[in-house]
Amino acid sequence: MKADIVIVGGGPAGLAAAIAAAKEDSNLNILILERDRELGGILNQCIHNGFGLHTFNEELTGPEYAARFEEQLDGLGIRYMLDTMVLDVASSVVTAVNSKEGVFTVDCGAVVLCMGCRERPRGALNIPGLRPAGVFTAGTAQRLVNIEGFMPGKEVVILGSGDIGLIMARRMTLEGAKVKAVCELMPYSGGLKRNIVQCLDDFDIPLLLSHTVIDIKGKERVTSVVIAEVDEKSKPVPGTEQEIACDTLLLSCGLIPENELSRSAGVKINPATNGPVVNESFETSIPGVFACGNVLHVHDLVDYVSEESGRAGRSAARFVKANKAEEGPVINIKNGNGVRYTVPSFVRLNELEDDLVIRFRSGNVYKDSYINVLFDGETKLHRRKQIITPGEMEQVILKKEELSGAPSEILIEITEN
Amino acid sequence: MDNSFDVIIIGAGVTGCAVARELSRFDCSVLVIEKDEDVCCGTSKANSGIVHAGYDAKPGTLKAKMNIRGNELMPGLCQELDIPFKQIGSLVVCTDEANREGIDDLYARGITNEVPGMKILSAGEVKAIEPNISDDVVCALFAPTAGVICPFRLNIALAECAAQNGVEFKFDTKVTGIRSSGGVWEVDTGDAVYIARAVINAAGCHADDIHNLVSDKKLHITPRRGDYMLLDRSLDGFVKHVIFPQPTKMGKGILVTPTVHGNTIVGPTAVDIESKDEAPVTAEGLVKVQEGAVKNVKGLQLKQVITGFSGLRAHEDGGEFILEEADGCPGFFDCVGIESPGLTACPAIGEYMASLVSEKLALKQKDTWNGICKDVVKPVELPSEEREKLIKEYPEYGRIICRCETITEGEIIDAIRRPLGAKSLDGVKRRTRAGMGRCQGGFCSPRVMDILSRELGVALDSITKSGGNSKIVTGRTKDEG
Ligand SMILES: Cc1cc2nc3c(=O)[nH]c(=O)nc-3n(C[C@H](O)[C@H](O)[C@H](O)COP(=O)(O)OP(=O)(O)OC[C@H]3O[C@@H](n4cnc5c(N)ncnc54)[C@H](O)[C@@H]3O)c2cc1C
Ligand SMILES: Cc1cc2nc3c(=O)[nH]c(=O)nc-3n(C[C@H](O)[C@H](O)[C@H](O)COP(=O)(O)OP(=O)(O)OC[C@H]3O[C@@H](n4cnc5c(N)ncnc54)[C@H](O)[C@@H]3O)c2cc1C
Repeated sequence: MKADIVIVGGGPAGLAAAIAAAKEDSNLNILILERDRELGGILNQCIHNGFGLHTFNEELTGPEYAARFEEQLDGLGIRYMLDTMVLDVASSVVTAVNSKEGVFTVDCGAVVLCMGCRERPRGALNIPGLRPAGVFTAGTAQRLVNIEGFMPGKEVVILGSGDIGLIMARRMTLEGAKVKAVCELMPYSGGLKRNIVQCLDDFDIPLLLSHTVIDIKGKERVTSVVIAEVDEKSKPVPGTEQEIACDTLLLSCGLIPENELSRSAGVKINPATNGPVVNESFETSIPGVFACGNVLHVHDLVDYVSEESGRAGRSAARFVKANKAEEGPVINIKNGNGVRYTVPSFVRLNELEDDLVIRFRSGNVYKDSYINVLFDGETKLHRRKQIITPGEMEQVILKKEELSGAPSEILIEITEN
Repeated sequence: MDNSFDVIIIGAGVTGCAVARELSRFDCSVLVIEKDEDVCCGTSKANSGIVHAGYDAKPGTLKAKMNIRGNELMPGLCQELDIPFKQIGSLVVCTDEANREGIDDLYARGITNEVPGMKILSAGEVKAIEPNISDDVVCALFAPTAGVICPFRLNIALAECAAQNGVEFKFDTKVTGIRSSGGVWEVDTGDAVYIARAVINAAGCHADDIHNLVSDKKLHITPRRGDYMLLDRSLDGFVKHVIFPQPTKMGKGILVTPTVHGNTIVGPTAVDIESKDEAPVTAEGLVKVQEGAVKNVKGLQLKQVITGFSGLRAHEDGGEFILEEADGCPGFFDCVGIESPGLTACPAIGEYMASLVSEKLALKQKDTWNGICKDVVKPVELPSEEREKLIKEYPEYGRIICRCETITEGEIIDAIRRPLGAKSLDGVKRRTRAGMGRCQGGFCSPRVMDILSRELGVALDSITKSGGNSKIVTGRTKDEG
């Protein structure tokens, strides 16, 4: 098989990348390979509202948001294959398997990695106790409820205050389950503020910060969990144990970008994001291999996924046409105080579209602080923020003209004043 | 149904199933009674999966004999039963000059036990073959015949092979009483009584209870828990051998080894506990495992953990395997105290027990016996043309269900349909590895539930994790209800 661009994964990232590439050049032959039975990725199980506020100025459900993209595919001549799992990626050939073609390869000009992420399972969290049924990651529970139509349990404790956990707290409550508590190891929530208000506060579900689960009981099915307060080092404080009777423990303790394919392809990974290191065009360390969406870094808002993936798709199209700009200055983007990572990691000025969006996350909670942007040590931007938390992605947007001085380094930092 | 058998075996772990397979060579009727829903639900599912070389056990003991014989039989058995086995060799590492003698002693013991090929390696020699070994290494005992095996496949294949040769299995059936009556044994399971000329007690941690039902010479087992951490396959190759510290009174200590599937396993601890049925992983245990691991191996990324688990050793007070006809109980045979190296020893225990029983009952060998058994076909392991052909003929072998381990729908269907097939998520997992990877079933468990429900013709909400009341879901949602 042959294609100009192969898109690995047909979630919102893959869809937006494909569409943008086709719009950049309608002659390109674009192929999306998706391992699930349908396109749309995680959005298919997100039947709550809250998608698309930025992109479409309306509140859509996940499937509605995905449909806005899916309906464009045919018109743009974008092909896709479902139930097709990509097994291997190299810069000009992708290997995949499905039940019709068996194992097959696609020769291609560029690849866009859009594999999304997976949830951190119980085992990776080292939660002690027995191993009965009734322990789910929040996303698996979401799939069971929203797609299969089954209830994972009746009395629920949730560990971790990531967005999926918060949304499932509400969903399970609306379905008649009793959510007894949401425990969060950190002294702050990992989820969006609006989800804490709409999913917990509105239903009187307690959010217990600096708490964790220290034991799971029940031989066949969960019968209770023991929770405890933790100290600054995240160690359980003796004497604070509480046993909560429940039949279900949901885990919402973080997402891990699915980069096994990227790693075996030899793509350089940023340990802070667990995603590829990319430049302004979302190109990885391997020329012609691009990455966007949750496989690159975990997003809270799908709108940002779509926007970023559009850039990745257009870049892939330009790469295929060998529309390379003349080599020019390269600007490194550095993490300053309080900044865990930035995407992209560096910018080739001549390849930049009209503006540069730098997305990043903080490593801690900052109240009444400032986001500073420094060009070669000189402050270019000093913006006050009431609250900055690791749970919400931050961004700064710089116009291309602002960069015309071609600094060699842009530093992003968070300061008290 | 006729409730009379020549032999009843209690327990479908590796011991019971190895004995069953060996007995199936003889012209006799055999029933295996297992309290859980599947084979491999006891200690045989939660251990290090090491085929030990045999230098540990005290010379002259049954533990030593069965270990050596088991190790000798294992490669052939694995060929016959299509069991993943890699003879990668083991290192017992000495990291303290003061303990060097311990290595010499172990070597001497190995020589007495007739362990083949052992060598004492210098620090430099160890580093050359195991680059990530601790810098403190002083010397190590190398034993080339040690290896790693898939304990699930070992247990399941022994059972499948026995079944294929006529052995019957009864699951979800717990033996609650045993009586001798008119020269035969009556085995009571609450709602039925089974009759047998001989009974074999292979009940793992409960083997003392079973023994004590019939014998006045009481036995006592202490469950000794061992916690583990299993690390992601991305660390494949970080260690190349089974790496042990020097042994202590409580056991062989915390080892680091690649598994036969390329994960890295770290553990176990050794803590005596009360319960024979519940093996919770503990926070202290996990800390000990981590501390133990870094003593011998430097730079091991314990953050790559994908799951923790623990198993119970059936430690009998005498510390020895008890493999004999119980005193004053003609026809009642014990396999008691089968702690480590029980996995290694199982082929030998099977052979030995079958010889005792066949002699007692004067059994004759069958004319035809089929000792060969194939594992579930795994498309990833096939050469590409064969894989192509398979998918053409059975498209379900092209449909990936478990993404982390690349397991197809075809493999899952096979695991369910084969004799003694899977009935639960854990059953599928142990037969195919679906759900054993880095996401631990997050993606695939709803789909495996679908397939189980379809293949078994039962409602999705009756699917369990591991039988009994371990249901995965509790009912329909409001819209669907
Ligand atoms: C539970 C949940 C709730 C959310 N709620 C909101 C919300 O309320 N509002 C909002 O704006 N955002 C929300 N988000 C965020 C948003 O949905 C995600 O950021 C977005 O889905 C990420 O898109 P993606 O395409 O990168 O990843 P995904 O949606 O995960 O898509 C990745 C796709 O790649 C496929 N794939 C992976 N590997 C392969 C392979 N080897 N071969 C073939 N295909 C492969 C997968 O099957 C999948 O379809 C939520 C996310 C989650 C998980
Ligand atoms: C932490 C740990 C690590 C180990 N590592 C190794 C190793 O690396 N190498 C090695 O060689 N060995 C190892 N072992 C030892 C090995 O795992 C055991 O010796 C072996 O699995 C014992 O098998 P079994 O069949 O005797 O017991 P089990 O597997 O426990 O089987 C006994 C079965 O009997 C059933 N049963 C019990 N009571 C009844 C009843 N009343 N009615 C019906 N059924 C009943 C149980 O449900 C169970 O399925 C290890 C053990 C542990 C705990």
